[in-house]
This record gives sequence, structure tokens and C-alpha cells, in this order.
Amino acid sequence: MTKEYEIVIGLEVHVELATKTKIFCGCSTAFGGAPNTHTCPVCTGMPGTLPVLNRQVVEYAIAVGLATNCSITQYCKFDRKNYFYPDNPQNYQISQLYLPVCRNGYVEIETAEDNMTKECSNGLYGVQEGERNRKRIGIHEIHMEEDAGKLIHDETEGSSLVDYNRSGVPLIEIVSEPDMRSADEVIAYLEKLRTTIQYLGASDCKLQEGSMRADVNISVREKGAAGLGTRTEMKNLNSFHAIRHAIEGESARQIGLIESGEKIVQETRRWDEQKGMSYTMRSKEDAQDYRYFPDPDLVPVHISEEWIGQIRAKQPELREAKMARYKETFGIPDYDIRIITDSKHMADLFETTVALGAQPKKVSNWLMGEALRILKEREEDAEAIRFSPAHLATLIALVDQKAITTTVAKEIFEVMFTEDIDPSVYAEEKGLKTVHDESALRRTVEQVIADNPQSVADYRGGKEKAIGYLVGQTMKAMKGKADPESVKRLLVELL
Amino acid sequence: MKVIDDAVIENVSILAKLELSEDEKVQAKLDMEKMLEYIDQLDELDTEGIEPVIHIFPMENVFREDVVTNGDMREMILANAPEEKSGMFVVPQTFA
Repeated sequence: MTKEYEIVIGLEVHVELATKTKIFCGCSTAFGGAPNTHTCPVCTGMPGTLPVLNRQVVEYAIAVGLATNCSITQYCKFDRKNYFYPDNPQNYQISQLYLPVCRNGYVEIETAEDNMTKECSNGLYGVQEGERNRKRIGIHEIHMEEDAGKLIHDETEGSSLVDYNRSGVPLIEIVSEPDMRSADEVIAYLEKLRTTIQYLGASDCKLQEGSMRADVNISVREKGAAGLGTRTEMKNLNSFHAIRHAIEGESARQIGLIESGEKIVQETRRWDEQKGMSYTMRSKEDAQDYRYFPDPDLVPVHISEEWIGQIRAKQPELREAKMARYKETFGIPDYDIRIITDSKHMADLFETTVALGAQPKKVSNWLMGEALRILKEREEDAEAIRFSPAHLATLIALVDQKAITTTVAKEIFEVMFTEDIDPSVYAEEKGLKTVHDESALRRTVEQVIADNPQSVADYRGGKEKAIGYLVGQTMKAMKGKADPESVKRLLVELL
Repeated sequence: MKVIDDAVIENVSILAKLELSEDEKVQAKLDMEKMLEYIDQLDELDTEGIEPVIHIFPMENVFREDVVTNGDMREMILANAPEEKSGMFVVPQTFA
């Protein structure tokens, strides 16, 4: 490659909102119901039905818009996007083209230093800060729309089956400006949207489960060129891995075409993560014309200053504010803060435990150490944590009071993690509390000395390390229920 | 006045998934031209200084609260399906 190229990326992110009901009817949005049991005449597109907008959808959309620095469109409305596909029972999708609910916002992302380009299309510049770079990614608009049903392929019989449970589930589509220049920036942007929306409680944003979906628009241009190259849109990306691979694969394909003097065709492509390559999804003969027009069934939405003010007042503390406060209040390392605040659920757990009197660094150590280890083993995320902060505080207090040893505490933590037992009650019932009875401990130490003449001789011969073995043997004999420091003190005394 | 040529007829029939005969294409062309002529009359109105209308009804903010009001009506819904299998609508095989 003789020329230097730059990748230009914009994203369309669909997020399923956490409402109890669909956007235009009173059907449940619960996941996993038997096929078509959450359907009605509205969400199956029966003629003569009337959609009625779910107020909560508008509130979530406004909340996300405010959190991403958008201006809220005070008079917004819905339009019909016309296309034929069996997962779309009305033959049109109700969406917003002309007056989307939020416009002209941005989020700030951070990436590791080397991967960052400073300039972005909206004239904003990244600011370098410490070892990480910050950059603004523009948000063109956020609009509200309805999801489609699900097609299940019945390949043996040459037919497909349709389940409309998902039809009419509310979505917001967040359209970015073409401000990203690398896969790292794309992933940082998606992480930013994910945590922000999770903190707002507007969605659980799970890529694997489809509650967050990203379509990636990619083009390449010679470095320093002013205009944009021809872009392609990549679909079917349901993990951060797939997104990274697709960006790398597609930019290489486009550069290859340019280098060999061929033309890039503007098209939608489907990424096959297993094969590591993409295919043309829609052929040129398929006319792409959605013939949008205002939906006459839905009256406009007027969002008053007062309504916006009410939603603004209810906004929770978002991740950045929380991180800054943790730094100021709790004196724990930045690394801990970053990991704990990655999940609002974990951050809430952390704060409540600290409020119950536990030392912040100790709480952080349990969460970052044992809790994350168990989650990783079980392939679960932080949202799966079920134990109560009171029980974690009790566990930490028991260790502080030397009522249990660290080893025993770890055993109890594991049980607590699964069954949310009260560590104090559990330790009592199972006889796990540390033995502070000096005479019982002395008897055990004497027995260990008698049983290990070689180590005793080593220690007396000047090998100080031998005492570690004797401490270990005593702890084992005490089933971990002794205070290692007391054991060591007794050993030194008796030897 | 806008001209409806053969390419427009071709494109519209693709979008509408209609296969028109040659006679029908001629008729469609005449009909669409008439429609455009009719709409063009609006250009004669002076709309200077008039706010665009968002919706023809003087209404706004018709909402429902986020409460589940529908139960399982699968049987009724599927009664409209030409063909059904395992509680789902059967359609010709579709590429995802």
C-alpha cells in the first residue's frame, strides 16, 4: 500500500426500551413468551386498528436525549416507512423521519492514547488527558420507532414462520455523525451509550440478546482528503468482537478495491462472523425507496419545557459524575472506580455497603476480586449479582473483628454469592468462627510441633522460613478457624 | 408539470410489487399524470407566511400509560393466518 488511508465510521444503534408494554398497544414486551402470545390486532397490523402512543417511550427517549446533550424537538411526530417483509405485518414501520424526538447531541468517549485521532467532522477536537484521550462523537438524531417480528426459518419445508411477539416493541434509533476513525473508537462509543442508557434504566442494552443492535456505516478516504468516500452499511453485528472484525474486514476490502482501481458500490452488507467476511445483502435491483409520509393515525407530540424539566429533575447521577464523586469521597484507585461504575448495579451495591459502615477499599476488593472471579466462572455479568449489601457489610465486619479468617471469609462469600445467606448466622451454624480460646490453640500448636520434628529442627537451625510451614499445618489442624498471627506468635514462643 | 415516463412506472410497480401489462402501464401513466395535475393546482395558492401543518386534527399528546392491558389472544390472531404451524404464521421462505 503506497497511500495512507483513513477509515470513517458512523453508527446507527437500535436500543429496545425497558417498557412493560409495546409502543402502540397494551401487549406485554416480556421476553421469551410462547410465539404470538403477546400480540393483538394493532401489533399484527390488522386493518382498522388504531395505534396509541405509550407515554413512557417518549419519556425514555427524552431522558436518553438529555443525557447525550441533544436538543429535544418540542413538536415531534411519527411517519410511516414503507417496505414489504413478512416480519413487518403492516407493510410499513412507524418511525420518525421529519421531526425526530432528539437532535444535535454528542457523547464524550475515551480511548487509549495511540488509537485516537484528534480531529472530527463536527469541528470539535479531542483533548488529551493523562494516558487516555477524550473525544466528542456527534449524535445526529434519536428517533422513536417500533421493532419488527421475528422470522424463524423452516428450511426443510421451504417456508418461514413468523412470531410477532417482538412486533411493536419500542426502539430508539441513535444515529451518530461519521466521527469515528477506528474500531476502538466505535467500541468506546458503544460502551458509552450502553452505560448511559443502563444508568437511566431505559434499557438493559444487551448486544448478544439483541436489546442493543448496531449497524456500522464505513467508508475510507485518503488521509487528509476533504470529502467522504462511498460508504457501505454492515448489518448483523451482535458482539463487540464481530464489530471490530467487520470494521477491519470491510475497510481492508474497500482499500483493496480503491488500490486496484475498482469502484465501491453503496450497498448494505451482511457480516458473517464465523467466516470472517461480508456479503451483499440487497441487490441493486431492489429499489430502496421507503416513501415516508406522516402517519395520520398518530397525532403530534408536544413536549413542553415543563415536561422536559420534570424528566431532567428525575435524571439519575450518570457514570462520569459518579466516577468523580467516588474519586473525591472514597479514596479508591481509578482502576477500581472504572470497573465498579461500569455497572450501575455494582455501583449501587458498593455505595450501600459503604454506607453500612464498611471501608470502601475493602468493599471494592471483594467486588473486584471474588465477585468478578465468580461472575467470570459462571459467564455472567454484574447485573446477575443477587446478594444484599447488608450481608457483604457483615462479612467485612466479621473479618475486621477477627471473628473469621480471610480464608473462611472467601468460603462464606461464595455461599453468600449464590444463596445470599447472612454470613454471621452461617459462620455460627457451621462453626466457622475463629477460635480465640488460647488453651485450645496452644494444644494444637504443641501437637503440630510434636508431629513435625524436621521443620522444627530447620527453624531452630536458623531457617526462619520453616515457621511458615508450621503455621500452615496449625491452620489446617484448626480447619482455618485460627488467627494466623496468634498461631505464629504461639509457635515462636513455644519454639 | 412533472412527466411520468416509463422509468417512473417501472420503478413504482417494483415498489408496489405489481406486475403491470402493457395496457395497464399506459393507463397507469395517464392516471398518475392526472393526479399530479390535480395536485399542481395547490401551487397556485399563496402560502407565504403560513405555518406548515403537522397534522390535520387540532389534537396533540394522545397517550396510553405503560400498563399491560392485553392478554393472550393468539388463537384469534392466528385465525387470520392462511396457514399456521407451531403457533406461528407460515410464509414463503425468506432470506434473513
